[in-house]
Amino acid sequence: MGNFDRSMSLAGEPPKALNTGQKLAVLTGMTGMGILILQLFNLNLGNTALWLSVAILAIFTGIIWFSQAAYAHKQKGIKNDGIWFKSMSSRGVLAWMAGIALTGFYIVLYFYPHYLGLVKDGDNTGLIALFDPLSKGLSGNPASQWFVYGTMYTVAILAFGVKFIWKYRHNKYEQLRTVSVMFFQTAFAFFIPEIMARLNGDLPYYDLKNMWPLNYYNFERYRINGFIDSGSVGMTMLFFGIISIFVISPFLTYKYGKRWYCSWVCGCGGLAETAGDSFRQLSDKSKFAWKVERWVVHSVVVFVTLMTTAVIYSYLGNDTSKYWLTKTVFISGVAFILTAVFAWVMIYKREELAKDAKYGAIGYFTIIVVLIGMHFFSDSGNIFIFKAETLRSTYSFLIGSIFSGVIGTGFYPILGNRVWCRFGCPMAAVLGFQQRMFSKFRITTNGGQCISCGNCSTYCEMGIDVRAYAQKGENIVRSSCVGCGICSAVCPRGVLKLENGPEKGRINSNDVLLGNDVDLMDLVNNK
Amino acid sequence: MDHIVIIGNGISGVTLARHIRKLSDKKITIISAESDYFFSRTALMYVYMGHMKFEHTQPYENWFWKKNRIDLVNGFVEKVETDTKKLVLKDGTTIPYDKLVIATGSKPNKFGWPGQDLKGVQGLYSKQDLELLQENAPNNKICNRAVIVGGGLIGIEMAEMLRSREIPVTFLVRENSFWNGVLPAGESAMINEHILDHHIDLQLETNLEKIIADENGRAKAVVTDKGETIECNVVGLTAGVTPNIDFLKDSGIELGRGVKVNRFLETNVKDIFAIGDCAEQHEGIGSRRPIEAVWYTGRMMGEALAQTLCDKPREYTPGHWFNSAKFLDIEYQTYGWVFSERSKKDNEQHFHWRHPSEKICITVAFDKDSHQFLGLNTFGIRMRHEIFDQWLTENRDIDHVMTYLRDANFDPEFFKLYEEEIVAKYNADFNKNISPKKKSWKRIFSIA
Repeated sequence: MGNFDRSMSLAGEPPKALNTGQKLAVLTGMTGMGILILQLFNLNLGNTALWLSVAILAIFTGIIWFSQAAYAHKQKGIKNDGIWFKSMSSRGVLAWMAGIALTGFYIVLYFYPHYLGLVKDGDNTGLIALFDPLSKGLSGNPASQWFVYGTMYTVAILAFGVKFIWKYRHNKYEQLRTVSVMFFQTAFAFFIPEIMARLNGDLPYYDLKNMWPLNYYNFERYRINGFIDSGSVGMTMLFFGIISIFVISPFLTYKYGKRWYCSWVCGCGGLAETAGDSFRQLSDKSKFAWKVERWVVHSVVVFVTLMTTAVIYSYLGNDTSKYWLTKTVFISGVAFILTAVFAWVMIYKREELAKDAKYGAIGYFTIIVVLIGMHFFSDSGNIFIFKAETLRSTYSFLIGSIFSGVIGTGFYPILGNRVWCRFGCPMAAVLGFQQRMFSKFRITTNGGQCISCGNCSTYCEMGIDVRAYAQKGENIVRSSCVGCGICSAVCPRGVLKLENGPEKGRINSNDVLLGNDVDLMDLVNNK
Repeated sequence: MDHIVIIGNGISGVTLARHIRKLSDKKITIISAESDYFFSRTALMYVYMGHMKFEHTQPYENWFWKKNRIDLVNGFVEKVETDTKKLVLKDGTTIPYDKLVIATGSKPNKFGWPGQDLKGVQGLYSKQDLELLQENAPNNKICNRAVIVGGGLIGIEMAEMLRSREIPVTFLVRENSFWNGVLPAGESAMINEHILDHHIDLQLETNLEKIIADENGRAKAVVTDKGETIECNVVGLTAGVTPNIDFLKDSGIELGRGVKVNRFLETNVKDIFAIGDCAEQHEGIGSRRPIEAVWYTGRMMGEALAQTLCDKPREYTPGHWFNSAKFLDIEYQTYGWVFSERSKKDNEQHFHWRHPSEKICITVAFDKDSHQFLGLNTFGIRMRHEIFDQWLTENRDIDHVMTYLRDANFDPEFFKLYEEEIVAKYNADFNKNISPKKKSWKRIFSIA
């Protein structure tokens, strides 16, 4: 590449400047952002409802105008021209500035919300005060930093969702799943919890699509009490929370792969696919990164399982006459479920696991040993010297805040848009395990048509080296695949198709590709 | 232990090396002057367009070669000494071999046009060509206009590349419609329209007469056979490719346009073989040309020769023809043989369907008398390779293809399907009464 770069700087650069429409759009959007930033300095702008509307409208208009200026005058098709020349999408100066700004925002949001204007006992000031009218209109309560964040998050998914739909206007799959994440964010994550809070103040804030273990705090004591105290509505929600992870999600993942969640429903996925779309090419495709991914994400699963078990264990009683679910019943149940899953996989899916079996076994035995230890050596859910509460707060800080927020989203412009989903999300790991073992979903490779160009791998946000499979004529059945469908979209030769088909023949491998001597293919492949 | 030396690290040479390694422990050396590591030639265009960086075009990470004990040598082979079984590189080093495989690919055709060697005149084949284009046409301020000569696959790719940087492009095509030596008229006409939609100045039935130099020896204009002078800064020569075998002139290896090989891919000299773009069969296999300069055939020859070199002699016996390309935004796949009006035989009849407004069409070729299915071209609809391969093997007739067309669809989920319209047109054209069957997973996977 040395040569190539040199000539580039010698002879001038390719066009990457914005056109006039895009410049005006940036100005509009930045005006909206400017209003919000000014508000941080606690300027009293007067009519907050009006200024908030102006700011959000300007941001929204800016993004949509920008998309229109970028795509409307072009033929429909793949729009990746200049991605690696633009500073923002190729880890240039703009990308680092954006990364630092986003990271900073997350740190303030999680740890110093008073800088945003959050006042504990009294009227909010600054940015948060600007959102008070909207929050009061919805739930009746003043805004919190989470309400500000949730609103901006929703605006981002909606506006960049429109951009994405425009960009992929030739691709129905991309359009539909984007409409889906826009809907789930707006309805389930934004409106419904706020309205439920208005109707029933005791109910814990609950984004129904956000299930354990992504929603790691769902079974904490205060929430369980909240559900129970809210009568049948609360109990229904608690029940829904339990069956969503044990029944609904396994069923849908079996039928459609984990994409039904990760790129059709999930809020983290929603932001990654819309606002994060410009950064999907930045994911690391090396084999080393894959190795790191498997260790880290599965460690998070072990961590969250232990943490949740310890937390629930800590508040259960010992007396069977009071309530059937005692410490003993609970911990035996957890151990039973884990053993059943592990045994089932080992017996029926041995071959598919191959090397990974070892890691699975390590994870499983760690959990079981710790559970037994917990039961016999502590009564309050302690794990070794750690209290359940310490575990919970550590998880919440390290995984819930730092990993998913600060690194996961703040580093979009540097590490790519799915860092959290790939390396951190325990939900994605659980669904992924199932997708690999027990699902109809695969990405089919079309015979011998692959030309190894690398578009699929480059634009895979999960860092899967798609080409490595496609050029061997192998289907792609990877636990990390979120089914965004971009590999299929960018393929210039129509080689890849996401589909749900029979499990038989889902995982295949050919040494000689279709198109060659039939006898040779048989000879080599049946060796 | 045999030392197998492969000249050329393209898809043919690398496929061969990988398969030899799977089958044996032989010592393998690959020599290339083009690049240190294997990259996908077909992806070079995306580097210029900014879709990918050069390293993304490399299908294997750099550690792959050492791990698989495939030695890579960056050097230019100047001479092959067949008596002493050694190669002489440009820098003077010699490399001995037990078996030699020539996989040196192609180079752009030049037909003796006046001015064809001026600065700013180039083809587009190698990594060096890409670097040159980057220098010659970095943007539309340095390159105000480019003229592309030759209406084939590389020509239209080069036009797309230059347009991605908003450089005005004039596209000179010898034929009266784009690529109509290969494509049937309806398809060729559709691509003409699409080229114009992309604001490319398409000039059909126009040939290059000469290229005019400025005072620095750079191309400044071309003159066409219609007498028009077109000012430009870059001239792209994309009128096909020719085997890259100049270094073999006095080697004693039999040469035609390419390196002459038999069905075992052996040359006339013992222990020397040739594969890929540079190999020339004594006679074309089936309807194939003697020289097949296609990605897929290069790969297939590599797969076949690996067996021979590992003591399981096998002829190169390709299966049913297939190919693919992308014309700007339109994907093209072909299975079996569909010939253009210019080259088709009397017994070949076509059924053509085109979408009323979108750039989507298919052409199905079949035997006029037996109605046997011969092949399919599809534009804008993806189709399954396996299914067509199976239908061709089973000698199905066109009615079968129409009846089960839904099984073959490979478009992404939720895409609009056109089988209903296609079959209706077929029924109307040929007075048939076929109703397309529902897609069946069972049929699709019965072949696996």
